[in-house]
Amino acid sequence: MITAEKISPTEKLVSDFEAVKKTLPGNSFVQSIRLKAIESFSALGIPARKNEEYKYSNVQKLFQENFTQSAIYNSQFAIEKYLIPTLDAHIVVLVNGFFSEELSSLNNLDKSVVVSSLQKAFEKHPELIEKHFSTCADINSDAFIALNTAYAADGVFISVPDNAVVEKPIHIINLIIAKESTLFFPRNLFVVGKSAQVQLVETFETHDLPVKAITTSVTEIAIDENAKVQYYRLQNDCENGQQINTVSASQQRNSHFDTNTVTLSGGWVRNNLNIALNGENCESHLNGLFITSETQHVDNHTLVDHRKPHCESNQTYKGILDGKSTGIFNGKIFVQRDAQKTNAYQSSKNILLSDDATINAKPQLEIYADDVKCSHGSSTGKIDEDALFYLRARGLGIESARKLLLHAFVNDVMQTIRINALRDYLEALIHKKLGE
Amino acid sequence: MLSIKNLRAGIEGKEIIKGFNLEVKAGEVHAIMGPNGSGKSTLSNVLAGREDYIVSGGEVSFNGKNLLDMSPEVRAREGLFLAFQYPIEIPGVSNINFLKTAINEIRAYKGLKSIEAKDFLKLIKEKQALVELQGSLAGRSVNEGFSGGEKKRNEIFQMAVLEPTLAILDETDSGLDIDALRIVANGVNKLRSADRSFVVITHYQRLLDYIVPDFVHVLYDGKIVKSGGKELALELEEKGYDWIKKEVVEA
Ligand SMILES: Nc1ncnc2c1ncn2[C@@H]1O[C@H](COP(=O)(O)OP(=O)(O)OP(=O)(O)O)[C@@H](O)[C@H]1O
Ligand SMILES: [Mg+2]
Repeated sequence: MITAEKISPTEKLVSDFEAVKKTLPGNSFVQSIRLKAIESFSALGIPARKNEEYKYSNVQKLFQENFTQSAIYNSQFAIEKYLIPTLDAHIVVLVNGFFSEELSSLNNLDKSVVVSSLQKAFEKHPELIEKHFSTCADINSDAFIALNTAYAADGVFISVPDNAVVEKPIHIINLIIAKESTLFFPRNLFVVGKSAQVQLVETFETHDLPVKAITTSVTEIAIDENAKVQYYRLQNDCENGQQINTVSASQQRNSHFDTNTVTLSGGWVRNNLNIALNGENCESHLNGLFITSETQHVDNHTLVDHRKPHCESNQTYKGILDGKSTGIFNGKIFVQRDAQKTNAYQSSKNILLSDDATINAKPQLEIYADDVKCSHGSSTGKIDEDALFYLRARGLGIESARKLLLHAFVNDVMQTIRINALRDYLEALIHKKLGE
Repeated sequence: MLSIKNLRAGIEGKEIIKGFNLEVKAGEVHAIMGPNGSGKSTLSNVLAGREDYIVSGGEVSFNGKNLLDMSPEVRAREGLFLAFQYPIEIPGVSNINFLKTAINEIRAYKGLKSIEAKDFLKLIKEKQALVELQGSLAGRSVNEGFSGGEKKRNEIFQMAVLEPTLAILDETDSGLDIDALRIVANGVNKLRSADRSFVVITHYQRLLDYIVPDFVHVLYDGKIVKSGGKELALELEEKGYDWIKKEVVEA
């Protein structure tokens, strides 16, 4: 009698890789990275709960289900409802992590700017790929970076050359369509040259997902000297959507990076945001907002690594949690020995609307330089009863008073979004979500 | 207009209002004075509908309706206004925006349609002038970073905009400089009319020189222990509360 040996999800992913590796795109350089990545994944394994980084996010449970990895899709559908109404932008559509030429529209883009599928970039821009691919996101630092690096077949590649200013924002629409439980591995690489400027908007939605899916995505952003990058993300998946996202940015001298992560729906979301300040005089602003209900789970992990002097980083994360939802904010700031005159600030503020909602907020500062200004603060509370009463005593109904206060609570994070059409759009979505 | 009969109320198991009676008719101004801790703010909060205060007895009718049955917002929509002793700051909520929402919800309650944008702006301008409130303050977040006096003036500005039929002013005069006191008092006087009443809580006779009351009451240990005309305030200013406390003990 033959007894089937039960293999763990990690082992399955490692052995499945053997079967698909031949079909994955990329030259020998990329392939050699994939091999190192799967080795690293095999060694790291899907993190258990005793892993401090995944203590409150049970990823092992996520991978219990049987997932397929092939993602067949039909891209003949209307994308109008995923556009941001008054946003004049270049549009990139990714379906299941694959760049869709048919659905994207990049007509008026300046010739010097490259926006293409990653597959195509592997062929057409080997020098940029070899210089930047897998340099911001370290395969040995996290199992999901390793897993994505091994498996990733496609995604968006953007290259903005030195001194180019992309006038209109580039809106990347991520859509998931699957009839069976599937794993997706989108991989993006954005290379922004010296003194270049670009605004990126990325939205995540599920087009049709009657079953659970897991998206493990990695976005690398290489920001050269003096460049300015704004990167806004809206996560608005359906409840079957489960995401483990990593964004890893590397900044060179005098560069600015502003990012904002807004999570409104999606059943289970883990965001890893890693920023390495590799030159002097960099500025980065990391803002986040999550509004959760029912059984949603949203986990934001940030890591800002100050490696050079005279840099400034600023983080403001806000959460509004209702139902039985859970939220996590874990913000780590490293200030390395060389990073004198660092200014690093971090704040996490949360409102619990229900007794069953929970939040874990944990700031971590590790400072090895002596001449720095660092501060962090975290608070969690209920809606301010005194303010609620004040507004009601002026005639506002309890619902509109609550909404007004919650809007006020998120207002400072919203004001960091510098694309008006996007901010208006988000405000309308937030209004709707808070009105449920 | 307002009829309070034998009201008893408290908080956290402690009775603070202990059999309070008051009749306020349309157009009247009543001043309530009394030592610290006697229950003046508690009374105001109970009337405005603050839910952490528990009413354990008595009746309050407002324009013939049972006030105690109403939520705070319905009380406001019915025409009650409380100028808080300690107005709180609400960062991120603009004064103007919330007043517009308030007006429209009050109007909707009365079956009226929303105010036109230009009428609203006109109203704001007019009322700002009435209490000499700087335009920049009206546009800022509710009381955020306002000085003590500016907060009090903002309360009166809101009152002027909302045009209540009964306004309770809880120590609106404390923290105001001499000019501001006069301005606020003038604002109140301009709003006085045959169908609008005021309950003015104060520690100082000075305010009552400007806002001349029809009646003065002394609240002590949760109930009114003495009532009189405006001359009672002068007497209190001169003699303090000891003689009244003594009378209460002797009675
Ligand atoms: N939340 C509360 N919990 C416990 N005791 C309270 C609370 N609020 C008020 N009290 C008590 O009730 C009593 C009356 O307080 P109140 O604020 O009504 O007095 P007041 O007459 O307005 O005083 P003042 O002139 O100082 O403004 C005081 O002894 C006060 O300590
Ligand atoms: Mg008081």
